[in-house]
Amino acid sequence: MGSRQFATFEVDGQLFGVEVHTVQEVLSYNEYTPVPLAPPAVGGLFNLRGQVIAAVDLRVQLGLARQALHGPVMNVILRGDGEPVSLLVDKIGEVVDLEDEKFEPPPDTLSGPTRELVVGTFKLDGRLMLALDVNQAVDTYRATT
Amino acid sequence: MEDLGEIVGEFLMESHENLDQIDRDLVSLEQEPDSRDLISRIFRAIHTIKGTSGFLAFSRLEKLAHGGESLLSRLRDGVQPVTPETITVLLATIDGVRSLLSSIEEKGTEDEVDIDSILVKVHAQMNVPSDSAPAADQAAPAAAESAPAAEAGAAPAAEAETPVQLDETPARPAPDPVADQRQPIGQILVDAGAAAPSDVSSALQQQIEGDERKLGTILLEEGKAQPAAVNEALQQQAPKRSIADSAIRVDVDLLDTLLNMVGELVLARNQLVRGVMEIGESGLVRSAQRLGMITSELQAGIMKTRMQPIEHIWSKLPRVVRDLSNSLGKQVQLVMQGKDTELDRSLLEAVKDPLTHLVRNAVDHGIEDPDRRAAAGKNIEGTLTLRAYHEGGHVAVEVADDGAGLNVDRIAEKAVEKGLLRPDQIPNMDRRDIMAMVFQPGFSTAAKVTNVSGRGVGMDVVKTNIENIGGAVSVDSTPGEGTVWRLTIPLTLAIIQALTVDCGEQRYVVPQVAVLELVFIDGQSTKIEYASGAPVYRLRGKLLPLIRLDRALGLEVGGDQGVYIMVLQADGRRFGMVVDRVLNTEEVVVKALNTRFKDIGLYAGATILGDGKVGLILDVSSLARRSHLAVDSERENVVANSKSSGGGGVQRLLVTAVGERRVAIPLDTVTRLEEFPRDRIEHAGSREVVQYRGQILPLVRLSHLLGVYGEEIEGDTVSVVVYSEGGRSVALVVDRIVDIAENETTARRDAEEDGLVGTAVIQQRVTELLDVRRAILAADPNFYSDAEDDMLVEA
Repeated sequence: MGSRQFATFEVDGQLFGVEVHTVQEVLSYNEYTPVPLAPPAVGGLFNLRGQVIAAVDLRVQLGLARQALHGPVMNVILRGDGEPVSLLVDKIGEVVDLEDEKFEPPPDTLSGPTRELVVGTFKLDGRLMLALDVNQAVDTYRATT
Repeated sequence: MEDLGEIVGEFLMESHENLDQIDRDLVSLEQEPDSRDLISRIFRAIHTIKGTSGFLAFSRLEKLAHGGESLLSRLRDGVQPVTPETITVLLATIDGVRSLLSSIEEKGTEDEVDIDSILVKVHAQMNVPSDSAPAADQAAPAAAESAPAAEAGAAPAAEAETPVQLDETPARPAPDPVADQRQPIGQILVDAGAAAPSDVSSALQQQIEGDERKLGTILLEEGKAQPAAVNEALQQQAPKRSIADSAIRVDVDLLDTLLNMVGELVLARNQLVRGVMEIGESGLVRSAQRLGMITSELQAGIMKTRMQPIEHIWSKLPRVVRDLSNSLGKQVQLVMQGKDTELDRSLLEAVKDPLTHLVRNAVDHGIEDPDRRAAAGKNIEGTLTLRAYHEGGHVAVEVADDGAGLNVDRIAEKAVEKGLLRPDQIPNMDRRDIMAMVFQPGFSTAAKVTNVSGRGVGMDVVKTNIENIGGAVSVDSTPGEGTVWRLTIPLTLAIIQALTVDCGEQRYVVPQVAVLELVFIDGQSTKIEYASGAPVYRLRGKLLPLIRLDRALGLEVGGDQGVYIMVLQADGRRFGMVVDRVLNTEEVVVKALNTRFKDIGLYAGATILGDGKVGLILDVSSLARRSHLAVDSERENVVANSKSSGGGGVQRLLVTAVGERRVAIPLDTVTRLEEFPRDRIEHAGSREVVQYRGQILPLVRLSHLLGVYGEEIEGDTVSVVVYSEGGRSVALVVDRIVDIAENETTARRDAEEDGLVGTAVIQQRVTELLDVRRAILAADPNFYSDAEDDMLVEA
């Protein structure tokens, strides 16, 4: 039985996780440049040491209202496919080491936009962590209804 | 053997460079057969290849290079003259060397490449009886004798053996003096006859015995040589040294990294300078300014490392032209102007193929056969001119031939055949517009497909490639005199001059190339007006269509006072963009925008602004397109042509024919020129209408409006001038579009007739000026009333 490391974070009270190797870094950032006419899930652009990074609002991806971009917001910067991309989240959690046996497919009762982003559920002590499909999570052209 | 890998790699790279140079030199040598310098240079280069390949045990390569060298040595020694045939054989040899090298590069072996056929030709050349030097030295007959043997020996038996001895040069020679980077000064002096060999020897002896003075100094001080001669010898020695020592190879990736870092440095500098200015401490300010200057210089320097003279991509063209013209039986002289014009490396690479295509095309189709040229009274040798020069932040590259010119009728015919144009469109089209059809995909006028052009890689690919790097292509041609293909290429992609503007709460970046001027709108002396809801501004008496940046970006729309209009030019169209505030001009480093934003199309990229925030760079032409400003290519061409034919301030008129009369319509009120099939005209009430782009377009016949009740021309189509404002359009039916003219108002009388504002003499003919407003109202009485409603709403 193998185990995997997940970086965890919270959105709207729910714990999510992505595999650690997909994460470039985690940081809090203040100023975002909005991109008019971009898909709603695009929170804005910011300058990461000279690199222009697009921030995807995970709340919008999950079918929630946009995150207000005033003051510092936490970014989980994913390596992405050639170009890093950031997920805007509420709160950063810890890195957890999870054994594969704690994994279960997403419950059948889970529906809506969240269902499409989640590949499985991990049972932690006292709470559940939803493992995100990284590619789906940053796909801003996904139909967000 | 691992160590050898690197040596071989270096050898391959170096040899490729050498071969390119040899190619150029051989073609030049054909032009000036007596140039000893060229022969020596070619000889040295090929000798180097031979020497190294021998050392690396590439025996075939060595054998071939040796063959070429032997032939060259005969040329050098004057044993036989330089003829076009010799050059052809030498070029074939170089090609052979090239294919050997690429075989080594790809497969690591040279065994599969056939060199014998080339060697046979080389030997055949050396057999040509030379009458220019009958009393040549003894080496020549010896070589001539050995050649037939080699020819016979080119049979399989000769393979893998030591190279056939062709002349007096040993197979693996001791370093040849000419191949040395530097000749000793003593030898130069002796060769020039400026010093006696014995004097030089004794001076050398003195050095060996411990005299620390330089050789030249010894000779001078002992009066054995003239100062001038020594100086000359030193100079002769010097350039060679500088070429060898002053250039190094640098990895392009490293340069790119450096460029990025300098970009970051520029941003950090901007932030620092801003901060220091706020503190205002004079010592700090001075240091910051100094840092600023150094950074700018550093940036310029790094940019320069990426710049390369266009010669780099031109260097292969003489060979291309020579081979092609020979195979076609044409005589073409290639002239290059502005070789030193520099372009960013990445752009240079992108321009290479299109340029080669244009050159091949010009030789193949542009320049005529010698017979036809003679018949036309031209010099039988055609001239192909490559020209590169800077022009307003761009580099223009022209490929001009003095051939027969483009056959406009043939192009038109072909365009119709391919379904790109309708026959009835042709008479109304400008020559240049018809010529521009050659850039359409799937267009080729070559009557027959040769192995040169017409292989599917057409002018459309040239156009696409150039447009991909933000450039443009155009063509102009004069029958009988030639054709000019013109590429306009941006200098660099990485750093642009830009204006930063505020719109809403955000800051945007507009490339400065697109900006013509700025106008401040105070709402009093300058104000924005509305024509049927569409904002316009009277710029020096002419209406400038406006787009509001906030509206275009889907933001909250602001007021009309205290704003700025940026007068922009894009896609051959001029328009104004309303922004809240214009801040300043600065150089910005263009960063590619995340692919997910490509589809929006409004942004050309992003950059980091002085305050560290990300700024979006607006794509001016797509902004215009999105705002429905840019219209049909016809209109664009109309504008572009009329622009090229005249200055800025003159009113331009579209001259149409209505019956026997000439009626002029101010061009800037025209949205589009169209042709409708006659059977598409339908009737709504008493009006004539056509369905057009999902709208019902009312028609008004100018002939009726102006009371020309002559015979109607019954063609299959009708020509109309479309006029649009806001969401409304009307079409004025004319018999024919005649021309576009400048109104010079040489003679003008006020109108006596309804529907006209006056008459003027245009192009030596009396022409009536149409009252556009009245004509439009005749077509659609409500055309302007909505505009007034809108105006109230906006106000």
